[in-house]
Amino acid sequence: MTESAASGVLLTGGAGWAFVVFAVLTLGTAVAVVVAKNPVHSALFLLASFLVVACLFILEQAEFVGAVQILVYGGGIMVLFLFVIMLVHQRMVAGAKAFQHQWDIALLFLLVFLVPFLYVLGTEKFPEIPQNPDAFRMIGTRVVGNTQAVAWSLYRDYLLPFEVASVFLLVAMVGAVVLGKRSVEKVD
Amino acid sequence: MCGVRCEGSWIGLSRAPQTAHRAPTTMTITINHFLIVSFLLFTIGLFGVLVRRNFLTVLMSVELMMNAVNLNLVAFSRRLSSLTGQVFSVFVITIAAGEAAIGLALTISLFRQRKTLNVEEASTMQG
Amino acid sequence: MKDLIWAIPLFPLAGFLVNGIVHLLEHRTKGERVLHDPHGEQPAAESQKDLGHPHAHMHGEIHPRSKALHTAVGTGSVALSCLFAFGAIFDLGLSRLSEGATHVVTLYRWIPLGFNEPLGQVPGKAAEWFVDAAFRLDSLSALMLAFVTFVGFLIHVYSVGYMGHDEGYGRYFAYLNLFMFSMLVLVLANNFLLLFVGWEGVGLCSYLLIGYDYHKKSAADAGKKAFVVNRIGDFGFILGIFGVFALFGSLDFGRVFSAAAAAPADVTPYMTLICVCLFIGACGKSAQFPLYVWLPDAMAGPTPVSALIHAATMVTAGVYMVARCNVLFRLSPDAMLVVAVVGGFTALFAATIGLAQNDIKKVLAYSTVSQLGYMFLACGVGAFVAGMFHVLTHAFFKACLFLGSGSVIHALAGEQDIRRMGGLAFKIRTTYRTFLVATLAISGVPLLAGFFSKDAILAAVFEAHMPTAPPWLPRVLWTAAIFTAGLTAFYMFRLVSLTFWGVYRGSPEQEREIRESPRSMTVPLIVLAFLSAVGGWVGIPILRGGDRIGELLAPVLLPIASARVQAHHAAVSQELLLMGASVAVATLGILLVLVWYGRGNGEVPARLAARWPGVYRAVANKYYVDEAYDAVFVEGLGKGGGRFLWDVDATVVDLIPNGAAAVTKAFSWVSSLFDQYVVDGLVNGLADTLQAGYRLFKSAQTGRVQNYALVMGAGLFAIVAVYLVFR
Repeated sequence: MTESAASGVLLTGGAGWAFVVFAVLTLGTAVAVVVAKNPVHSALFLLASFLVVACLFILEQAEFVGAVQILVYGGGIMVLFLFVIMLVHQRMVAGAKAFQHQWDIALLFLLVFLVPFLYVLGTEKFPEIPQNPDAFRMIGTRVVGNTQAVAWSLYRDYLLPFEVASVFLLVAMVGAVVLGKRSVEKVD
Repeated sequence: MCGVRCEGSWIGLSRAPQTAHRAPTTMTITINHFLIVSFLLFTIGLFGVLVRRNFLTVLMSVELMMNAVNLNLVAFSRRLSSLTGQVFSVFVITIAAGEAAIGLALTISLFRQRKTLNVEEASTMQG
Repeated sequence: MKDLIWAIPLFPLAGFLVNGIVHLLEHRTKGERVLHDPHGEQPAAESQKDLGHPHAHMHGEIHPRSKALHTAVGTGSVALSCLFAFGAIFDLGLSRLSEGATHVVTLYRWIPLGFNEPLGQVPGKAAEWFVDAAFRLDSLSALMLAFVTFVGFLIHVYSVGYMGHDEGYGRYFAYLNLFMFSMLVLVLANNFLLLFVGWEGVGLCSYLLIGYDYHKKSAADAGKKAFVVNRIGDFGFILGIFGVFALFGSLDFGRVFSAAAAAPADVTPYMTLICVCLFIGACGKSAQFPLYVWLPDAMAGPTPVSALIHAATMVTAGVYMVARCNVLFRLSPDAMLVVAVVGGFTALFAATIGLAQNDIKKVLAYSTVSQLGYMFLACGVGAFVAGMFHVLTHAFFKACLFLGSGSVIHALAGEQDIRRMGGLAFKIRTTYRTFLVATLAISGVPLLAGFFSKDAILAAVFEAHMPTAPPWLPRVLWTAAIFTAGLTAFYMFRLVSLTFWGVYRGSPEQEREIRESPRSMTVPLIVLAFLSAVGGWVGIPILRGGDRIGELLAPVLLPIASARVQAHHAAVSQELLLMGASVAVATLGILLVLVWYGRGNGEVPARLAARWPGVYRAVANKYYVDEAYDAVFVEGLGKGGGRFLWDVDATVVDLIPNGAAAVTKAFSWVSSLFDQYVVDGLVNGLADTLQAGYRLFKSAQTGRVQNYALVMGAGLFAIVAVYLVFR
């Protein structure tokens, strides 16, 4: 179906340009998140980055993941963040510097990190393109939508992790409730 | 060399296959591009984790890192024509949600005790 | 009887024990007290009366029963000794003794060190290293035995009267008996060691008896002085004994003298040394220069003690010893020279001192020293017989003189200064007469004892053959001797004159109290005076058969044909000339006294003394010899040496502990430095290093999570890098 996959090319033409735009946006918003002084600004920029990343997902024909990204990240996590920001906001306005003392060391370290990455990138040989490049939206031999394919895989091959994930969510919920309770004694 | 191929019709950019002789400025995106973007996103997130004073911003930076991971997974999923990457990515999102919840609960608890979200002041373990 | 000669010393020993024990029992509860003094005189330490008179002692009558016991035991034991002595002598027989008979009685082996005769298994090994407790009776010891026991007995009898009122009567007789025991051991000893035992014993008794009245400082000091000076002489004596033993391998008289007789000529230098050492002992005991200083001081003891010990017996022990060793002395002409010169010098020296003394007993003491010098002079020229003869006669007249002086003192209730006497001739007649007889004897008046013995000496000296001496020496010695004879006559008659003639110069109270002494005192005086008169007739030189004493002593004293020094017998005419010379000198002396003191009452001597006050003072003060000794030895060596050694101890000897202490302090200071800087430095340095390390590590514990995260990231990066490199 897509011979392009056989040669490792993922996107071409207009899609390619779209990718570039989205990539730039992602990185820009990410930088904005990290740099912004006001946490509300950071949160909003984060939300924006989520949306852009979701766009990238869709560009990769992973529609289900993109949808989940928007729903969960954008609709859930960011809302949570904003709530908490609003709860604790008034105490933080007083002129605090955004950056910490070790920003220079961290920057240096991360730039150093670039070196092996580039090395790996240059030398690493990725596995062969499989025969069926559209396998990720096929159930057996039928071509279905991405969601259906994911569900098929999720509930059949990865059932256990799925259940565990749900337990995890339960635990996280309970834990959050406990941790958020007011009657926690002050520990100094 | 063989010319530009058009990707899936879901973009709506269906075009007739182009011949090889037409070579406009085309953008060929390989897996490497995705990896670079993902790496940079990860790095930015890591930087924020290491550097930012505000605890909430730190958590947000963690989310950025998660996003970078997801991006990586999905890219490879496409490249290897396997759904595993996407499934994994769903799980990652799930976990991220749980972690964000816990983290924010911790934030509130921390704020209630210390009346500050400045991570530099949470240094009772010093010495 | 002759086998019982060992009993002779033991009677007085038993007497000593009995008297001593009884005395201690009597006095054990009485303690110290000053008792009733019937003559009203208290003990006065500084007065002249302190010299020897019993009334100056602290005294009281002792119980008559004890007194009787003491008297009986004290005199009885000596009487027994005397009887046994004469019995043994006559048992052996005078004729046999004259032939050289020697009777040795051995009691037991005293010091068994080696074997006597060669053992069968060890041929040729005859080590003579043993000493027996053996007594010897030969003519020499017989002579000594005879007069020691007899005169001793007389003096014991005299002491009954003299010391009768003294509280320490028992103690006195105990000591006196002990003295007799020691003296008899000395006389009868058959070997040098036993003789030395007796020698030491008489020295001890001399100390005990001189210091009899120990409450008087003068007496106590005199006792100490006698003992110390004696000891100096004993030191020489012991060295001589060592030499004898080293040379001859034995201490037995018989063996030593027979070995000496056979000795080769090259033994002479050793012999000289040995004999000089022996003579030093004799000087100490017999009060020759320079060890005579104790004898005048010894007059602080009771007068009978002076008579017995310091006239008749102990002081003659030195002469006896030299005579006994005549064989040894004859082997060394140099030693004999020393003896003669010392003897002659002492005779003259002491006589000059005697001229200016004013205490009866002091005069007699110096006279004794002088006469002893005569005896040694005789021995020194080889006339041992003459020397021993003089010992005998001297014992008689000197004892008589001392006892007489005691009688005078007793009659005058303690007065001893002749300047306060006088005119006693008719008041105490017996004493006077006996004293006069003895004085005539000592002055060498013919036919009395002293004349014969002194004349024998003078003749021997005049004719002496002394091979190692310059040829003029014998004549010089003779001149000194005859001059001394004159001096002797002079000072003795001066003594008589001042004591008995003229007018009494004491106080009237004393004059009233003068009475003759009791019979116990006068009888011995008479006996001794008699002996002084006739005692010389045993040694008449010219008459053939008249020299009985010479014949008696010859085997012992003139035994060796090879002797290098012999006494010569001069021609009869020469002898008569010499006799005449001595008589003349004596007469001159007596006449001078008669003139100066008898009639003139001492003006001329007084004027002489005034004209040469320095000379007079020197002589009167005994030439300051005692003062010199005191300065050099007592103060200088004794105390000065003590002080010096004390300083040495404080600085040099104590240097060691003080130095050690200082070194220890220095070391401890160094250690403290070490401890301060090195040890503490290490410890502190270690702590500081660790602290720096802590601070270094502590700086990594910021407590900030982001720092930790950065570090973790760096670590992860490193792991990844390593993995990539080594993939």
